Amino acid sequence: MSENITKESIIKEENCVYKRTNLLVDKALSYCPGCGHGTAHRLLMEVLEEMNIQSETIGIAPVGCAVLAYEFLDIDMQQAAHGRAPAVATAVKRLMPEKFVFTYQGDGDLAAIGTAETIHACNRGENITIIFINNGIYGMTGGQMAPTTLPGMKSSTSPYGREVETMGNPLKMTELVAQLPGTYYVTRQSVHTPGNVRKAKKALRKAMENQKLNKGLSFVEIVSNCNSGWKMTPVQSNKWMEENMFPFYPLGDIKVPVE
Amino acid sequence: MAKVKGEIVINIERCKGCVLCVAACNEQVIAMSKEVNGKGYHYAETVNENCTGCTNCAVLCPDGVITVYRVKI
Ligand SMILES: Cc1ncc(C[n+]2csc(CCOP(=O)(O)OP(=O)(O)O)c2C)c(N)n1
Ligand code: SF4
Repeated sequence: MSENITKESIIKEENCVYKRTNLLVDKALSYCPGCGHGTAHRLLMEVLEEMNIQSETIGIAPVGCAVLAYEFLDIDMQQAAHGRAPAVATAVKRLMPEKFVFTYQGDGDLAAIGTAETIHACNRGENITIIFINNGIYGMTGGQMAPTTLPGMKSSTSPYGREVETMGNPLKMTELVAQLPGTYYVTRQSVHTPGNVRKAKKALRKAMENQKLNKGLSFVEIVSNCNSGWKMTPVQSNKWMEENMFPFYPLGDIKVPVE
Repeated sequence: MAKVKGEIVINIERCKGCVLCVAACNEQVIAMSKEVNGKGYHYAETVNENCTGCTNCAVLCPDGVITVYRVKI
């Protein structure tokens, strides 16, 4: 290595290869340390920046930990009542079809209280993007069992683990909506390793690009950790997710457009 | 073979000490500080000069606190 390469000579604007996008407001995110919500927010904003559609995008925030998404994403946002984001997104997109419209929802929001809105928006084939953050529990309210909680998985309302006999089966929303004629692109991703982050970003890009085609709804599930709710460190929770969530929620495209 | 050298700058006041970046780095550049930041978190800091500017740590950081620079040498 040549001697004249100093730290100062490297740390210059022209050598910058990665920095936090300006489409995230310069505020500390409200998420717990290590939570995948922050990563998902950033990826989405990077996609909007690269597509240069910041001023043409309208996001619908959920109820859940991401309820404050509008505080962090520097785009037009509307917050919806619990689970109703796909209905609100439908209205926004139909009134302003030239806009890019997405919802950002947790599994309690999308797969429990909002099941009807989710399924019908998917079935109608609204030209919107649904981003579904699946961490297997209700994060914000203290880690209660969600429809997505795995069999045997502990939560604050299933302290001995989810017992399928009494508590029912977990719901694979993503596989379910893939069956509906209105969905155009359905995929499941994660943001727990650098490689997965890069793949998830590509999926989000495709999902937003699809809105230009008016061919239906794009649905991107991101399997995520809720280390606070799972009562683990972020590193442990990502490992737990690989070992337990992915066998049940396998990553990859579930429905891809036929050209 | 063209070689590269990288540097990272960590916004330590925004770091929440989640430790995800430590394992993301193949060159073991990052470790957690003994000191804490204003929020009481042990923050990420660089401990060697082996950064290649691969951006793995930065793309994984949920809080986007890492900026990456890279030059060809
Ligand atoms: C109508 C209504 N019912 C219940 C609640 C309470 N509540 C707030 S957040 C939440 C669950 C959110 O969980 P999830 O969608 O999985 O998001 P996460 O926090 O895990 O990201 C519930 C039930 C509410 N705010 N409004
Ligand atoms: S409670 Fe869970 S989902 Fe909510 S911010 Fe914390 S880690 Fe993320």
